[in-house]
Amino acid sequence: MNCDICHTEKATIFFSQMAEGKLQKVNLCKACADDKGVTDPTGFALADMLEGMGKQTAVETGPARNELVCGSCGFTQTDFKKTGRFGCADCYHVFDEGLDGLLEAMHKHTRHVGKVPQRFPEANDRVAASAPVSPGETNPRARLSELRQALSKSVEDEDYEEAARLRDAISRLETILGES
Amino acid sequence: MRFSTLLKKPAEWMRTPGPENDIVMTSRVRLARNLVGFPFPGWAKKDDRTRVMEKVRPALEELAEMKDSFSEEMTQLTAIEKQVLVERHLISREHAAKGPGCATVMNRKQTVSVMINEEDHLRMQAIRPGLQLLAAYRSLDQIDTELEDDLPYAFDRQYGYLTACPTNLGTGMRASAMLHLPGLVLSEQINQTIQGANKIGLAVRGLYGEGTEALANLFQISNQNTLGMREEDIIAHLDRVIGQLIANEKNARMKILEDRPTMMQDQIGRAFAVLKYAHIISSKEALNHLSMIRLGCDLGFIPEEERECITVLLTEIQPAHLQISAKCKLSPEERDILRADIIRKSLIGLTPPDFGSILTDRDNDDE
Repeated sequence: MNCDICHTEKATIFFSQMAEGKLQKVNLCKACADDKGVTDPTGFALADMLEGMGKQTAVETGPARNELVCGSCGFTQTDFKKTGRFGCADCYHVFDEGLDGLLEAMHKHTRHVGKVPQRFPEANDRVAASAPVSPGETNPRARLSELRQALSKSVEDEDYEEAARLRDAISRLETILGES
Repeated sequence: MRFSTLLKKPAEWMRTPGPENDIVMTSRVRLARNLVGFPFPGWAKKDDRTRVMEKVRPALEELAEMKDSFSEEMTQLTAIEKQVLVERHLISREHAAKGPGCATVMNRKQTVSVMINEEDHLRMQAIRPGLQLLAAYRSLDQIDTELEDDLPYAFDRQYGYLTACPTNLGTGMRASAMLHLPGLVLSEQINQTIQGANKIGLAVRGLYGEGTEALANLFQISNQNTLGMREEDIIAHLDRVIGQLIANEKNARMKILEDRPTMMQDQIGRAFAVLKYAHIISSKEALNHLSMIRLGCDLGFIPEEERECITVLLTEIQPAHLQISAKCKLSPEERDILRADIIRKSLIGLTPPDFGSILTDRDNDDE
């Protein structure tokens, strides 16, 4: 198999990358790979996850005095900085400032879209959790039009990943509502 | 079920083959869950941990899936027993170090195991042979849904399942596959592969998880992101990448056979000779040679029937398993002797690798 770039040398580096949910494959010879920076671990555009955490978390800054304490379990910001873990479920609300930045760096997203326990109101409608929810919004038809608006906006913004997600959410909701 | 019963039976995944089993040893999925109203285990006082355990343990034992389960508090197990559970991937190394208020519950087949009060109140795991991540998830999902009725989970509409560490937030799900990649190691493509996986949000680790060495050419690949993706989508992504890794591994093996067949024969032949005739062997050396024998099975140099024996040996020759079989504590030197004995006995019927047929066939191949 020859290199996809120079077409003369034998390909020895087989590079696969997931982009926009699609697997892209490139076969390269050593020279072309070096040239394109594929073999250079620092050459990749994707920021190192840990680096992002350090930059974006407001939780890590601020003086130890007057620091926030969780009323439910007594956990402090300093404890979080030390352990990287929270003390109890309520800590997520006590220390929510800067949390989204931290989560964004860790997970690339900040909102849960997966399984919801049955006892939660939106349990039977996974769609409700899969897009921004306006307060008190419960009417699925109103939600559907909201999702459709969001879809056109994301297409305009060329955010195709978000658009694909919304498209799936819309089609799931349409199935539930018996529309198509 | 008693510990001795658990010990006598190798886990079900070792005995039954699964899809893509030549390269994918096992698929595992774990879910992290916490109860409302209690501090997370790492921050909880002993009393709170004990109360959580007293709620969770009976709820688990009542499940149909966990009928006649093995259920024990960590304080009731000896150091060696705990280490056996670690070697079988039924509990984590961290959990083995836990004391009062911590427990482990697992089903008879050793396909579902739950750690109570590890880093989270519940860490549930399902394990399957071969590439079956979705099936493993589905079985665990069902258990999780049944538990929900008895145990009020800490859940938030924005953040999903709340976990002690924000890296598990959202689904609380970690899906991982154990891959045997000798081809990528021998052709020195493994570091590239690991880096590539890291770039797309997947972690690659050694045999016993975080911070452990890749022995026997075994690598665990798992998702890092748990928030903002549906469970099924996380698994689908992982499945696609694993599919690609399988293809790459197969290519690497074929390429070695084409370019350096003698090196391949030497590696497998040498492994056969050492395992068959050594009287003292370290865990690391044994694991790496067993990997080569397994590769020999995949390539048809060694009869397919040996595969199960090799899989069982990978676990049986680990330090705690050896000491359980010897019924006493052993020094490292004594372990190396016993290990060699066990391997020689297990492989007594193993005939020398037959390279001839395959290599001749290949010559007639058009490729």
